[in-house]
Amino acid sequence: MASTMLSVASASLSASLSPLENLKGKLKVGSAGLSFNKAKGNPFINTKSFCRISMVAAVNASRFESVTMAPPDPILGVSEAFRADTHESKLNLGVGAYRTEELQPYVLDVVKKAENLMVERGENKEYLPIEGLAAFNKVTAELLFGADNPVIKQQRVATVQGLSGTGSLRLAAALIERYFPGTKVLISSPTWGNHKNIFNDSRVPWSEYRYYDPKTVGLDFEGMVADIKAAPEGSFVLLHGCAHNPTGIDPTPEQWEKIANVIQAKSHIPFFDVAYQGFASGSLDADAASVRLFAARGMELLVAQSYSKNLGLYAERIGAINVVCSSADAAARVKSQLKRLARPMYSNPPIHGARIVANVVGDPALFNEWKAEMEMMAGRIKNVRQKLYDSLSAKDKSGKDWSFILKQIGMFSFTGLNIDQSANMTSKWHVYMTKDGRISLAGLSLAKCDYLADAIVDSFHNVS
Amino acid sequence: MSASPTSGFHADSVFAHIDRAPEDPILGVTVAYNKDPSPIKLNLGVGAYRTEEGKPLVLNVVRQAEQQLVNDRSRVKEYLPIVGLADFNKLSAKLILGADSPAVQENRVTTVQCLSGTGSLRVGGEFLARHYHQRTIYIPLPTWGNHPKVFTLAGLSVKTYRYYDPATRGLNFQGLLEDLGSAPSGAIVLLHACAHNPTGVDPTIQQWEQIRQLMRSKSLLPFFDSAYQGFASGSLDADAQPVRMFVADGGECLVAQSYAKNMGLYGERVGALSIVCKTADVASRVESQLKLVIRPMYSNPPIHGASIVATILKDRDMYNEWTIELKAMADRIISMRQKLFDALRARGTPGDWSHIIKQIGMFTFTGLNSEQVAFMTKEYHIYMTSDGRISMAGLSSKTVPHLADAIHAAVTRVV
Repeated sequence: MASTMLSVASASLSASLSPLENLKGKLKVGSAGLSFNKAKGNPFINTKSFCRISMVAAVNASRFESVTMAPPDPILGVSEAFRADTHESKLNLGVGAYRTEELQPYVLDVVKKAENLMVERGENKEYLPIEGLAAFNKVTAELLFGADNPVIKQQRVATVQGLSGTGSLRLAAALIERYFPGTKVLISSPTWGNHKNIFNDSRVPWSEYRYYDPKTVGLDFEGMVADIKAAPEGSFVLLHGCAHNPTGIDPTPEQWEKIANVIQAKSHIPFFDVAYQGFASGSLDADAASVRLFAARGMELLVAQSYSKNLGLYAERIGAINVVCSSADAAARVKSQLKRLARPMYSNPPIHGARIVANVVGDPALFNEWKAEMEMMAGRIKNVRQKLYDSLSAKDKSGKDWSFILKQIGMFSFTGLNIDQSANMTSKWHVYMTKDGRISLAGLSLAKCDYLADAIVDSFHNVS
Repeated sequence: MSASPTSGFHADSVFAHIDRAPEDPILGVTVAYNKDPSPIKLNLGVGAYRTEEGKPLVLNVVRQAEQQLVNDRSRVKEYLPIVGLADFNKLSAKLILGADSPAVQENRVTTVQCLSGTGSLRVGGEFLARHYHQRTIYIPLPTWGNHPKVFTLAGLSVKTYRYYDPATRGLNFQGLLEDLGSAPSGAIVLLHACAHNPTGVDPTIQQWEQIRQLMRSKSLLPFFDSAYQGFASGSLDADAQPVRMFVADGGECLVAQSYAKNMGLYGERVGALSIVCKTADVASRVESQLKLVIRPMYSNPPIHGASIVATILKDRDMYNEWTIELKAMADRIISMRQKLFDALRARGTPGDWSHIIKQIGMFTFTGLNSEQVAFMTKEYHIYMTSDGRISMAGLSSKTVPHLADAIHAAVTRVV
């Protein structure tokens, strides 16, 4: 009986249940034999013995007992599963991190040089301003728009350093929630898995526009334009600047013009996610063409940037949110409000990655070296695409046209495999990928193309 | 600005309705300081340590660790897991909870790397707003200026409990007990683990024990903000006592840790959130939910600062060197307190200034009002927050006399 009385003190842990219900729930005992009053409050709270009891009461049920186990992240969880697999032929085509032909992670030479310089200089580690490293903000906007772009010369871009692409998108989402309440963001179907989470957590409503056409394994351009046109005026339209994730399918320049037309006609606000500038085609300028096209029309727009892939700075979390406004005054006001959103999230951003970028982009020799390394990385991926296509064409006797692999661009390829077929890739062939059929070509070597082709052909034809 | 030929150009911006935000009150002090051309200006605003020469300090042991990292050719920059660097997390939990903590040994603690103290508080707050039944957090009056915004944006409702007593310039302990005593059962309570910011007023160990008993009796959930471990008294263990007392009774709590001050890693944004749970199973489920908060915020945390911390904490010699450098910083601040107190006494400045040597940590709550502060900025180029808080870390033997003159003038000429 004593232990039962002691445990009643813990009933106050759950404010919504009466002590008796709480007791039954937590200790799974019947109510027979317990005699205490069923008052809502804790019957023991005024007794002298309570303080002694509280020491022991502390060791009863957790306040977090009802917290359920969350499912693993669909993308990052793939790498965890891969690590656990001991099969010798396993292949990780899950997360989009560049690998060398030897399937090793790659730290760019220019990054090592920049870090050595930084250590030699012995710079301090003082807090950055809330908006981040000024030198970084300057070069990142110039890289994106071109240093001579009117939007830069007229100081119409509010640039705030963010935690890579995700953090920059999140700041933008927080700005939208606060200043455009109820306004929707239109996102492509499909899109990067985390986009929906970002808008959900920011309480920004979203809806999808058609994008991927499974019949052609290409762009459903008519559907895309129709859906953007049908959306309420003044919506935000999330666009992948280049190397669409997960499909690898980008609009052509002519299609971009038409997309810009319909966006302008509906007074929508373009919102670019640029995670692969330079990585898609190998050229920084070519990959920024879509953003620059919209900016050249005098439109106001948002652009989230990431240096995870193009500078291999994944774990340093370096990116930026840029808001192009119609005046320098508007840009200054927007920047001040982005700061007000960043401060209660993390106060100010991390310096290390920002300094690396500022050093690389700000030094002509390092900048040129960077461009060469980026061309090398993009080149390797293009070669792997070609080899995979060749292997598939050779091994697949059905006559299926695999050329969409060559038309897609960037780190990822949408294979067209469905959920069950993708599952077969993993369970039978130990090829790890996301269940939407996306493979990361950055994780593929020329040497493994034949094996992968076998896996894809088998999954496509023998699993439905 | 040129209008586009396709008539999509807005004469009005879609951002026309967005006002300019005022500067952050704390960080804005440095902005104002930087603009001032006076050669005698003094920045006592933001809490960043300065040497006797008034310079920022990077600890030797930090430079050593960084050199090691840069020289290690096997290091890569792959994404960390969502919860951050595993070594860093384990070592951080041990640092705050104690190496022999049963909670750690029983796997009842989930620790996730976050963006310094702010990030740890925000992630913890978001988690509680989603999964805890009582969405009210009680914060001390006064508290760090950013606390209310962090918790409000996290989705919690914020209330206050009495803390600072302007009459004594010490702790209003009776008021604290009354306010926590009348809080609803299960409410969250923010506690500054040591070196209360902005007042520098900490409860005694006996008072902490009373606070603990009261809180456990009402099932109030402790959420510690530990930003100054080792920096307050010079001893890492002493400064962790309040946290460890709560963990020792077997109860649950949250702890936000920052390495900004005690390792001088301000700009690297290194910190950790630990949630001490009743069981390992609960801790594991809680961790999975923390990941769902983090992934849509920034995906995974930055590697550099956490690697520096892990390198230092796991190497016995570097750890010892760290404790020595940490004590030196804490000692210098304590000596500045004494010097300022002596200087005010020497000037016969009216009032009791003993709170300067009684308060602990980086900050002193001078008791000066906002008019006096404005006067000191205008006439003496002293930059500080308008609540009368000064950062002792920004003082040196050379600048104490100037500050003492300014305080003396403010107290005698401005009421």
